[in-house]
Amino acid sequence: MATLLEIKNIETFYGLIYALRGVSLTVEEGTITAIMGNNGAGKSTILKTVMGLLEDQPDKGTIEFMGKRIDGKDTEVIVRLGISYVPEGREVFEELSVRENLMMGAYIRRDRSGIKEDRERVYAYFPILKDREAQWAGTLSGGEQQMLAIGRALMNRPELLFLDEPSLGLSPILVKEIFSIIRTINREGVSILLVEQNARMALAISDMGLILENGRFVMKGKSRELMEDRDVKEFYMGIRSEESAKGFQRWKRKKRWR
Amino acid sequence: MLEFIQTLVSGIAVGSSYALMGLAMVLIYKTSEVVNFAQGEMALLTSFLTYMVLEYHGFPFYAAFPLALVFAAFLGFFLEFAVLRRAKEPNILGMIIITIGLEMILMGLVSWKFGADPKTMPFPLSPYDSVQLGSVFVSALEVLNFGVALAVMLILFVFLRYSKLGVAMKATQQNNMAARLMGIRTNRILMITWGISSVVGCLAGLLLSPMTMQPYMMWDPMLKGFAGAVMGGMTSLPGSVFGAYLIGIIENLFGLYVSIEFKSVVAFAVIVLVLCIRPSGLFARHYVKKV
Ligand SMILES: Nc1ncnc2c1ncn2[C@@H]1O[C@H](COP(=O)(O)OP(=O)(O)OP(=O)(O)O)[C@@H](O)[C@H]1O
Ligand SMILES: [Mg+2]
Repeated sequence: MATLLEIKNIETFYGLIYALRGVSLTVEEGTITAIMGNNGAGKSTILKTVMGLLEDQPDKGTIEFMGKRIDGKDTEVIVRLGISYVPEGREVFEELSVRENLMMGAYIRRDRSGIKEDRERVYAYFPILKDREAQWAGTLSGGEQQMLAIGRALMNRPELLFLDEPSLGLSPILVKEIFSIIRTINREGVSILLVEQNARMALAISDMGLILENGRFVMKGKSRELMEDRDVKEFYMGIRSEESAKGFQRWKRKKRWR
Repeated sequence: MLEFIQTLVSGIAVGSSYALMGLAMVLIYKTSEVVNFAQGEMALLTSFLTYMVLEYHGFPFYAAFPLALVFAAFLGFFLEFAVLRRAKEPNILGMIIITIGLEMILMGLVSWKFGADPKTMPFPLSPYDSVQLGSVFVSALEVLNFGVALAVMLILFVFLRYSKLGVAMKATQQNNMAARLMGIRTNRILMITWGISSVVGCLAGLLLSPMTMQPYMMWDPMLKGFAGAVMGGMTSLPGSVFGAYLIGIIENLFGLYVSIEFKSVVAFAVIVLVLCIRPSGLFARHYVKKV
């Protein structure tokens, strides 16, 4: 298995705010890697830094994609190399139709028949999008917009797909559906880097998991093993490992990694 | 009655120049939120250079006019690339000042090179030829002007609706970050927008030039085109065209029935009125974000 993405020790600042404090991470070809962590941990910042969306960042460290340095490159160039990013909050083109949104997803491609094929594939994943084809994306429901955002990102046939909280604001049934499609996409050959608050779902579909706190990874491991970990269970999956007699002692338990 | 119809027709005729200027300004405003007050002077420069090659260098029409459009496009590219893109952390006020500065530079350039005395552009159609429509007379130039405005609208409509580049322009204006994530080079899109807008504006300049040319000729049509665009909500192409024709018609009717001296001012009274009643313009069709 080859390494697709290799992040080494990156540090990112927002002005004076030190958001990423030396983050290293690899994504192996064909796998799903999940990053979990609380609000403000810096999960989205990792993805944005890799995509070149933050000007002059990373401040330190290197990023390699398929053996090529991509840190400091323009977003447009990075996208062309084969990374697609589904941003947090969907960011669909609200006043373009569903079909035009997908057309923009394939902006960098010229092969008409391939584009058409991929559009049909997206419609097969998300049949509702086909029904809404001519409708403005801004008039779709939140869940439909999420599907569109994922579909749009697939339209440029990425090697690597970044998903930033795909479950945000979706009903439990829809979350299940989206996650099963994410897995299908992965089986069809797209490697995935997934950012999720919903650790239970994320660990269930991923191969590797990492936990981020205050701009640093505090845990890495196979998802199967993380799922069994006492701390992960308690702090990220909301499962109590030991029931205290009175039930209010829990807050005293310390995370082992501190 | 005949007089009324005749006035209506002249209103529509001048409205065509306003419409072209308005379209040009809306195109830029939509993609970059800059009100380009240099729009008229960009057209002015192109028109005077066209005059120069026709009058002094003996270029034939069929070479001079296409060249003018090509020059206009490059002028648009150049100004966006060399001036507007350099503005760091731009804000609306700063941008307005930049475009007003450009406006003065371009107008100064034309006055200095060509002087202030009026000229007329050699043109295949004489401005005194006229066409009879029923019992109304229209100058052939006005008919041409109307035809060009109509064609420009149609081309823009088809371009923005069906071409990949046109859709990418809309995408860039709606969500710049997402557009970059699609691999769209948004800087280039901005530059192209300025080019297209400059060509549209230059058509208005070229079509006004056979009447009379002097350094101030574009100021009034530009302001009225802008006024029409504001009435249309500043982001709607059909809205700006409608607003421009409305202003042309209103000012002509006002000139006929009320006062010829204040004819030119009435346009602005109308805008003030419209904006008081509907601050977002008559055609603002921005869909409201769901939370
Ligand atoms: N544009 C910005 N300017 C300044 N600070 C920022 C900016 N964006 C993020 N930050 C800060 O950087 C830190 C990491 O933010 P980030 O968005 O990466 O968190 P996250 O892990 O994705 O959180 P969430 O799960 O809530 O999306 C936060 O403390 C945040 O306040
Ligand atoms: Mg986030």
